[in-house]
Amino acid sequence: MLAYYLDLAWRSLRRHVVLTALMILTLGFGVGASMTTLTVLHALSRDPIPGKSHKLFFVQLDPRKLAGYVPGGEPEGQLTRLDAEALLRAGRADRQAMMVGGNVGVEPVRDPGAAALPATYVDARWTSADFFPMFDVPFAAGRGWTVVEDEAAARVVVITRELADKLFGTVDAVGKSVRVNDTAMRVVGVLDAWQPPSHFYDLSVGTFGVAEQVFAPFSTSVALKLGRSGDVNCWAHSVTAAKDDDWVYALDAPCAWILFWVELDRPERVAAYRDFLIDYSIEQHKAGRFERPPTVALRDVLAWLDHKQVVPDEVHLQTAVALGFLAVCLINTVGLLLTKFLRRSPALGVRRALGASRRAIFVQLLVEAGMVGVAGGVLGLGLAWLGLLAVRHQPTDYAPLAHLDLPMLGATIALAIASSLLAGVVPAWRGCQLPPAIQLKSQ
Amino acid sequence: MHVRPILSALRRHRTTAALIILEIALTCAIVCNAVFLIHSRLARIGLSSGLAEDELIRVQLTGSDKLADPKETARRDLAALAALPGVRSAASVNMLPFSSATWWSDGSVERDDPATKFSAAMYMGSENLLETLGVQLVAGRGFTHDEYVDYESMLDDELPARAVIITRSAAERLLPGKNPLGQRLYVSGKTPKTVVGVIDRLATSNEGIAMTEPSYAMIFPIHAPKIAGHLYVLRVDPARRAAVLGAIDAAIAGVDPNRSVSSRQPYREIRDEFFRGDRALALLLTGVSIALLAVTGFGIVGLASFWVQQRTRQIGIRRALGATRGDIVRYFQLENFVLATAGIALGVALAFAINLWLMRHYPIARLPLAFVPVSAGLLWLLGQLAVLGPALRAAAIPPAIATRSV
Repeated sequence: MLAYYLDLAWRSLRRHVVLTALMILTLGFGVGASMTTLTVLHALSRDPIPGKSHKLFFVQLDPRKLAGYVPGGEPEGQLTRLDAEALLRAGRADRQAMMVGGNVGVEPVRDPGAAALPATYVDARWTSADFFPMFDVPFAAGRGWTVVEDEAAARVVVITRELADKLFGTVDAVGKSVRVNDTAMRVVGVLDAWQPPSHFYDLSVGTFGVAEQVFAPFSTSVALKLGRSGDVNCWAHSVTAAKDDDWVYALDAPCAWILFWVELDRPERVAAYRDFLIDYSIEQHKAGRFERPPTVALRDVLAWLDHKQVVPDEVHLQTAVALGFLAVCLINTVGLLLTKFLRRSPALGVRRALGASRRAIFVQLLVEAGMVGVAGGVLGLGLAWLGLLAVRHQPTDYAPLAHLDLPMLGATIALAIASSLLAGVVPAWRGCQLPPAIQLKSQ
Repeated sequence: MHVRPILSALRRHRTTAALIILEIALTCAIVCNAVFLIHSRLARIGLSSGLAEDELIRVQLTGSDKLADPKETARRDLAALAALPGVRSAASVNMLPFSSATWWSDGSVERDDPATKFSAAMYMGSENLLETLGVQLVAGRGFTHDEYVDYESMLDDELPARAVIITRSAAERLLPGKNPLGQRLYVSGKTPKTVVGVIDRLATSNEGIAMTEPSYAMIFPIHAPKIAGHLYVLRVDPARRAAVLGAIDAAIAGVDPNRSVSSRQPYREIRDEFFRGDRALALLLTGVSIALLAVTGFGIVGLASFWVQQRTRQIGIRRALGATRGDIVRYFQLENFVLATAGIALGVALAFAINLWLMRHYPIARLPLAFVPVSAGLLWLLGQLAVLGPALRAAAIPPAIATRSV
């Protein structure tokens, strides 16, 4: 029977080529536009560190002046150096790391006689020993540095595979020395390819397409004044823009500029750590350092990304526009299918009079709607692929992430089928409800 | 022409009529908001920076953190750059309008009076900054040589400058009804800054992005080459821009080869890059709006054609009873007008609902009423154009049809 319905549908669709093409095109464009934007949205809101995102927490305290305090308000986004170092020393979490971004010139250490080459300027991350195991950073060679090296402000550095290759022509750079802003430092590890989809651990230097190539102990960066990047908020000075680094570096500077992450492996540890942060705040308040009542925040990776609204507004807006477009396309297809089926009322009346049940008519019309839907879905898939190609060629920092992955491919096919069924059910239902007698009589 | 027969005919095709009304309503609502968004993005793209945009080149250096005397090196850099053929003047600056770097400071008109608080974009630079940028002084004077101070001389939270130049809009908003010259503003510190000049316009670094509160641009006579990372701006003869761009690296290397030029860009490019997202969104929304109107238009054509075909006999009877071709065309036009009006009424309500939702989630202004007649007119016109073909076909039906098929 299905073969017969398919044949009927095929004949019917071929009879009105323009109308059929119009329906397929509208459905295709609606599905294509929606899937393009939904895929971008999906890619941008993906978990950057699956399997661990619920164990990693971003720590916030509020050491600011009392002026401007709102009860229940958001604490300061970053920590002061004093607080960050105190939390690191306390070591109350399973793992913890303080960090800040930087930008440095690096060059291999050469023989005294060799010609000087201009240094390569790369982004850097000044952090502490736990950074690598916490964020599952893979090593191609060597290792990260140790807590002892952190405390000693050792001249050690971890570089990426790419930088090792550029500076030394080999990935095996462990033990060699590089000049980082004119100070010789020993390479202790070379990272394997590591590019989380978003720069979730420090959004102040950018969200997408940011990648550091040099990692060194935070203490070393302070001792050598290697420079820092990202946000600085100082509350003793009213000039809030970039400050003189010497001043910010001071241990007791009233400036928040350091990010602090902890790893808490069990849920009960999370509550305990939050209590610890509140106790710490109370202690600091008693000592007169903190002016505000204890205000802390401890968000896991996804909550933090959500709070920082990492997905650009345009992407949400584009998705909303595309879904609206799909809605109009769907209504349009329903209308066109309905007119098409009702136009065939006499023929349907004859079939009913010859013994076809309502159900048979319904299935027959649904098959026809389904054919339009499948064709529209295939077109939509092609258009989504083209759309994503166009997004990848856009000069936005998230462009490289716009790929159709397997779940989204499935979602596209599901959306196309659901759309076509949705568009087909109402017209098919109306079509099969036609009383046969009237149709025959009016001929 | 009466509306009643049209309404009674539509009542017999409730589903189809409802579908077409819904389609027009959704299209109207989306197009209304899209046109408004396009309009506001284009307004943002068209904002004036106040600079002589076509003549400016921005030069950014890296590696200047190791310099022994950053101020002296900056002076020599600027002398070398100004000496290049085609360069009219060169200055150091801390930021330019419509770029990512931002320098902000809070201030107030009355000392410590929160009611007169404002936030200002702080421009700082070397002595010929005003003439290099090409901003127009409309009152007062530029800074004198003695007024220039070094950023490094800043103590605690006192911005060392004593003089300030503000924009006309800042003068009008902060010092309404007063002659701004000689007025005092408290910006970054307890000692007031005296307004010595007013410039016509200077955009803040992120103007047009933050829509919540007005922001003001102010220029201070402060040398800050070190903290600004040796950012220079050149005013050049546009005809010789390419030659200047090619000669910058050698000029900088000639002063001190231990630095490199990380970027040298005509200001137009910087500006275009800043508004790239807005342009892309405006383009996308234009495309979607056109596609929506096209889809809706074809939907109306399809439906009208069906109705014409279905009513062939009735049309024949009406023609036989004396209706002119014009009557038939007008019937379909009026029918479409009724459907479009219902759709537009629903669509306008939906448009404001969407706008309210957008306002809650994004920095978007209230949809101005002026956009309603524009979108409504567009949809009426679209409906009339779409229905014209089927209506003319209906009018071509000969009266004899009425007698034939009975």
